[in-house]
Amino acid sequence: MSASGSNRSSSSDRRHPTAPAVVETRYGTSMKFTIPSDHAAGQEVQNRIMAEVKKFKYNSDSQFAIKLALEEGIVNAIKHGNKHDPNKTVYIEALVGPGQAEVIIEDEGPGFTRTEVPDPTEPENLEKCSGRGILLIEAYMTSVEWSNNGRRMHMVKRND
Amino acid sequence: MSEQRPPVAVTQEKDIRVVEFTNNKILDEANIADIGARLQTLIEESEHPRLLLDFTTVDHLSSAALGMLINVNNRIKQRNGQLRLTNIKSQIFEVFRITKLDRLFRIYPTRAEALVSFEQ
Repeated sequence: MSASGSNRSSSSDRRHPTAPAVVETRYGTSMKFTIPSDHAAGQEVQNRIMAEVKKFKYNSDSQFAIKLALEEGIVNAIKHGNKHDPNKTVYIEALVGPGQAEVIIEDEGPGFTRTEVPDPTEPENLEKCSGRGILLIEAYMTSVEWSNNGRRMHMVKRND
Repeated sequence: MSEQRPPVAVTQEKDIRVVEFTNNKILDEANIADIGARLQTLIEESEHPRLLLDFTTVDHLSSAALGMLINVNNRIKQRNGQLRLTNIKSQIFEVFRITKLDRLFRIYPTRAEALVSFEQ
């Protein structure tokens, strides 16, 4: 997948999602979106990507996994990354093919260090109301990598 | 994005409030906040609330929904009440298992088993 940033919207049209760039490639369907820090816009992107996942007939467990990871990843970017700032956008890139689905989600927030996020499954954290999104993404996806100081998440789910 | 219909349907079995979710997804924040507020009302109605949450309809649920359920559990415990969960589909149960919340909540395979589990 190409480096992010090239598809970012200018500040003038940040309040509206940019028209997604959808391209059929030999590896599958490539999609790029830049959306405002808004949950409805995030939901639209999720639906577009899931439509491709369904088109390639991923099994029920893989579809469940990808939907959950998209939900958690996009919500994290909007809420914890951009902190709902209307002047910040979330960049999402997906390549969905018959063999695997690959998704990049990048926010414009301060970033974070994965190893510093408390483990929500520890007994002392079990009754806390937050902190489970990342755990679920990592449990359900085949691989997850963080870069750009935690602002950029690259996750892959194999269709097997 | 609030729903036209209420996000939960509540029935009563003796003094136990049985709550079913009307949407197959418990994902978006507005929906979760709405469910949380309705459960809070049920909790406040009783000195020792007894709630049974029936997940029959639920196909998707997010970490934000888990947070809301933990909050509900904490509030019920504060009032010396009881909370049970039932009819959780295997894919959703896996979410509870991964987060180890299957250890925090009392989860039963059927509604009948959950109902008899309430302590007098």
